[in-house]
Amino acid sequence: MSTLHPAPPAPVGGSLFGATTLICGVLMTVMAAIIVVRMFFGLASVTNLNDGYSWGLWVVGDVFIGSALACGGFSVALLVYIFNQGQYHPLVRPALLGSLFGYTLAGAAITVDLGRWWNFWHIFWPAYFNVNSVMFEVAACITLYIIVMWIEFSPVFLEKLGMREARQKLNKVLFVFIALGIVLPMMHQASLGTMLVVMGGQVNPLWQTPLQPLIYLLSAIILGYGVVLFESCVAASAYRRQIELHLLNPMARVMLGTMAFYLLVRFADVIWRDAFALAFQPNYVALSFWVENACFIAPFLLIGSVEARRNPARLFLAGIAVMLSGILLRLNGFLIAFDTGPGWSYFPSVAELLVTLGIFAAEVFGYIYITRRFPVLPREPVPARAAQA
Amino acid sequence: MDNDRSASTAPVGNRREFIRGCLAAGGAALAAATTSRPAAARETYQRPPEALGLLYDATLCIGCKACVAACKRANDNPPEFSTVDKLWDTPLDTSGYTFNIIKMYRHGTMQTKDAEENGYAFMKTSCMHCADPSCVSACPVTAMTKDPTTGIVAYDADACVGCRYCVVACPFGIPKYQYDSPTGKIGKCELCRHRYQNGHYSACAEVCPTGATLYGRTSDLLAEAKRRLALKPGSLTIYPRGNLNGGPDQSYEGYVGNYKQHVYGETEYGGTQVLKLSAVDFEKVGMPYLSPKSSASTSETIQHTLYGGLLMPFAVLGAMTYVAKRNVSRAGEAPPEAPGGEGR
Repeated sequence: MSTLHPAPPAPVGGSLFGATTLICGVLMTVMAAIIVVRMFFGLASVTNLNDGYSWGLWVVGDVFIGSALACGGFSVALLVYIFNQGQYHPLVRPALLGSLFGYTLAGAAITVDLGRWWNFWHIFWPAYFNVNSVMFEVAACITLYIIVMWIEFSPVFLEKLGMREARQKLNKVLFVFIALGIVLPMMHQASLGTMLVVMGGQVNPLWQTPLQPLIYLLSAIILGYGVVLFESCVAASAYRRQIELHLLNPMARVMLGTMAFYLLVRFADVIWRDAFALAFQPNYVALSFWVENACFIAPFLLIGSVEARRNPARLFLAGIAVMLSGILLRLNGFLIAFDTGPGWSYFPSVAELLVTLGIFAAEVFGYIYITRRFPVLPREPVPARAAQA
Repeated sequence: MDNDRSASTAPVGNRREFIRGCLAAGGAALAAATTSRPAAARETYQRPPEALGLLYDATLCIGCKACVAACKRANDNPPEFSTVDKLWDTPLDTSGYTFNIIKMYRHGTMQTKDAEENGYAFMKTSCMHCADPSCVSACPVTAMTKDPTTGIVAYDADACVGCRYCVVACPFGIPKYQYDSPTGKIGKCELCRHRYQNGHYSACAEVCPTGATLYGRTSDLLAEAKRRLALKPGSLTIYPRGNLNGGPDQSYEGYVGNYKQHVYGETEYGGTQVLKLSAVDFEKVGMPYLSPKSSASTSETIQHTLYGGLLMPFAVLGAMTYVAKRNVSRAGEAPPEAPGGEGR
């Protein structure tokens, strides 16, 4: 019985004030101060951006990597609603919550980076549309997805507020938003890879391929599962709850299968295009290529067997390796293996790092607030709760 | 213990469902892919017949930088300093405030002009006005446009959102952003299109004393460039100055340079409207190797294949909606009154 009908979500409860939320508050305040300076004195006042590296940490880190790390909701929804794996249902809400924050804050971050942000509405004004632009597709799609996710997540708020009627009405059409919530991230996560194509020879051939959309899409799905592994372990440890091993174990196997396919595509592509020799040159770009792919291979060693996947520490480490692999894939393409000619270099400034940290803090704070006050995480079995009290 | 058991039993019970789900989703996606129109590859664009441009002949350039100063004046740009005394405009590269600059190649003792070994040479850096510009393809809000007649690649600050994809996309590193301003714009050469109505043309070509920068129709400039390449190095020939297609005759007699047999911009990325001649290898003077196929055409072929007419997205969305509806309602059957509602 319990395996067929997992515990429904319930608020975790407890105090919102603690060391973690306090630190988050401080980091968010620092971020706000830096953003004010940027708005009044321009990007150069706080960032190390230059014309050789016009996209820095805020675009590549907060938006490209941030949104990919926020693919948990999409990946789990794919499993539950498309591949009909209902047993993973308890993972949907927490994963969706992570996605909601990741994307919403990525959207906020891009506004800070946009040089002429007051024109942002042009993305939605047909007279300005450039349908040939990969950026247009990404920007429009991400904004729509953020709206769709808030609708997908709204039952949580409706339940909390006791609005049963609205909840039931929404339920009838929710499948439309679930489908949108799968198609939209498929579109823009793939396009984030296509974004590299127009940059041509400036991107090292190890990352410059017309197959980039497929590679980025697969990587985003994989990252989604990796983040769920990571998040579940962290949430279980922070809230002293049981780890949902019976769900994470088979989900990790799905992840490994996708990763095997990813590695096949990635290496076949590099070899097919005669770019593989570049991976054996004595430079940091080749090294970065191998570190990136080692992170894709590591999970096979860590959690290759059913037995190994019962070990929470191994699941946690595998989750981290997967996250690193996705982070590096994007960092490599857009920054490390991106060469605009001699004389240009970029490393994020302290202020840029602090803003990214502030965004991360906002995500953690939001996650704590919502899971403690709203029904997101599965209700804990009674004995465990008693032990905690 | 309970957890372990469920881990092994739950997937078995659902395996058939899983396979059915896979088949349904996969089949629907496949159907979507095959019904969508087979998008034709987007060819690399070529220059419009009346395209305007410049011909820069590095062997004629004496590095006086009159063009750099004239460009600043014509575009109302402030000086940029790189020396301690800050007396003169001394930009080291193009920027949001400098659209044209003369760079220098140096090697060894720098004795001979236009020699790769122990020599020096000049090279103009400004917008190439590509036939198939990456910046125009990249711009999400049509702030970068290519004029269908003149082929001039123009920028509209009022449309621009400041995403700087054009900066990242350009293979020549031409569009540049004004990072020091809270309302920064993109800055780049627009071939002085704002001066045409007053009978003027590109300021850099207007002021060039040696005709190293020549203005005109690109088709005529290309013919002139090929004429020079066919001449014997060291022989005498007539060099036009200013505007190749009009104005007073300012031509003069000069010696033919020791050209590399390559008109840069003839075929690069489908061709550019600014053409270049050099005696030093083009990659050594900062002009990158570019295939005749533009990256914009590759990028747009991918975009149009995936999203052309939004056919594929809607087909996949339809398939996903169908599968999601079936699976959601099936999940909803099980616990009709589950607290918290499992009807999702």
